[in-house]
Amino acid sequence: MAASTLTIEDYREVAPKGAVDFLLRLAERARGRRFLHVNSTRVGGGVAEILSRLVPIMGDLGIKTAWEVIEGDPEFFAMTKALHNALQGTEQAFTETMLNHYLEVNQANAQRLRPAGDLVLIHDPQPAAMIEARPPEGKWVWRCHIDLSTPQRRAWAFLRRHVLRYNAAVFSLPAFAQQLPLPQFLVYPSIDPLAEKNRRMTKGEIAKILANLQIPDDKPILLQVSRFDRFKDPIGVINAYQMVKRDHDVRLVLAGGGAADDPEGAQVLAEVREAAGRDPDVYVLDLPSNAHLQINALQRSATIVIQKSTREGFGLTVAEAMWKGKPVIGGATGGITVQILYGVTGYTVNSVEGAAYRIAIC
Amino acid sequence: MDHDEQDEQPLHGLYNTLRVMAQPAPFVFFGCIELRELLGLRARDERELMEQLERAPLGAVYYHTHSVFLRHYQVTGAYPNDFANWVASQVRDQVLGERLAVVDPFAFGSLESLRDELVSIIDHHIATLHPVPRVVFGDPFFFVQSHVIEVPTGLEARTLGEFRQCLAEVDASSIYFHALESKVRRGHPRGDFADWIGQAHGRESLGEEIARINPYLGGLEEIRVRMLRLLDAALGGEARRGGR
Repeated sequence: MAASTLTIEDYREVAPKGAVDFLLRLAERARGRRFLHVNSTRVGGGVAEILSRLVPIMGDLGIKTAWEVIEGDPEFFAMTKALHNALQGTEQAFTETMLNHYLEVNQANAQRLRPAGDLVLIHDPQPAAMIEARPPEGKWVWRCHIDLSTPQRRAWAFLRRHVLRYNAAVFSLPAFAQQLPLPQFLVYPSIDPLAEKNRRMTKGEIAKILANLQIPDDKPILLQVSRFDRFKDPIGVINAYQMVKRDHDVRLVLAGGGAADDPEGAQVLAEVREAAGRDPDVYVLDLPSNAHLQINALQRSATIVIQKSTREGFGLTVAEAMWKGKPVIGGATGGITVQILYGVTGYTVNSVEGAAYRIAIC
Repeated sequence: MDHDEQDEQPLHGLYNTLRVMAQPAPFVFFGCIELRELLGLRARDERELMEQLERAPLGAVYYHTHSVFLRHYQVTGAYPNDFANWVASQVRDQVLGERLAVVDPFAFGSLESLRDELVSIIDHHIATLHPVPRVVFGDPFFFVQSHVIEVPTGLEARTLGEFRQCLAEVDASSIYFHALESKVRRGHPRGDFADWIGQAHGRESLGEEIARINPYLGGLEEIRVRMLRLLDAALGGEARRGGR
């Protein structure tokens, strides 16, 4: 079902009892107000995926909701990727030129978009400095989807001075927050059960997609779905698979897509392909960002879903796999730990060896 | 209009007025959402946990004890409050975890007295321990404050049958709001459901049975199921034919 054809009423089939009626009532309080989301990409990655579903639903609930995306050149996105990595704890080098360019691009986007609303929600660090051009009316809230628990000090100091100008900040986990003299709130991200990536599929649909992807279904499938990013530890997954493979005839599928704001993806993908070597049971799939149905089919055909991240914002692929009833082996980091009920819906692990052990006995 | 009709009209009006006055006030179902505020307070050992608990706003005591039920509609087997879970799973102090787990937050008349009890348990426990147990590999405890916002659901009931119908279809947060939140923050020790059924309908024993439902046996959905069973029994199977 395409996003544009969905209404809030369609969610009655999957929502808990009374939840849709409750949402309709709740929305009456905000009806007619203007709500603006701003982020850095319309496709690829968890934020774009959430917004592509959330914005139409909010509109359906009677809230005047808009979604704007900032524009930038490759230098800007290289800088914001470095900033993203630094804020998640990896040492990065920033020159004055890089920092100034970040501010210039934010300023240019603020002039182009003229962001305004009763509530403006700015997602993640890329557009955070647009706050400098805020109009006097409306509340501005910074929505941080990433793990800020141990940031590189200089990177956080640079960003923090902009964050301080917001009315409030929202984080995905308490551990991700920083000391800030403004109200901070906790909101867990979520998946859309009616999205192409999560909707029910017939066995025939799944088989057809696997055949198109040229993945045989004659062996148990271990699957990790994530963009090709070092924090997702795809090489660690290959190493764990190789340990499991000694005793179990399994197949590994690493399925990822690029995001428009992630220039490092191609390099990591090349490293993953090299690590996979010529093993005929390892499939590295570089899928387009709109391959939602393929991801759905892969998750439904997997025996075990892996999300062996070493750093993770929240890890919505865990929720996606659990929605499909799959056991999940996840890295003990970020939101993965609050999603997996240890020993019930899967296991969290801290090493390649731990992942291999849990896969083998799962 | 003849003479008789003129005499009867005021009497008829009075009768209707008295009949309406005699009817119990409707039960208006409210749901709720929880706004979770991060307080920036954290603890890495059991002494810090105690000290931060002493100075945290009462909304944090509420968040980490009562509103667990709002976040997990079904109890999944873990300890029923965040303090016990953290001590057991992150500090790996099973003894204190068990001692904190058995504290029933609904048995206290105020959040302040609940806080005193929790602090007293931790204080007594660490008094004999050197060093104080702390997190080595796990995560710190992060204090979060709860702000519960009530939202009318649009559902209301005048009879027990209507009440049963509404209860069967209402959002689970409404069960939390009327069965649990009302005990703690609105001074209704038996909960709104039990009060209304007992007082408005004179079904005191049914109200008592509803008040005694233990939320720890299965969370909000279990409260709903048990209440529906009690109501069905009270209604003699009438509701079962028309509803869930």
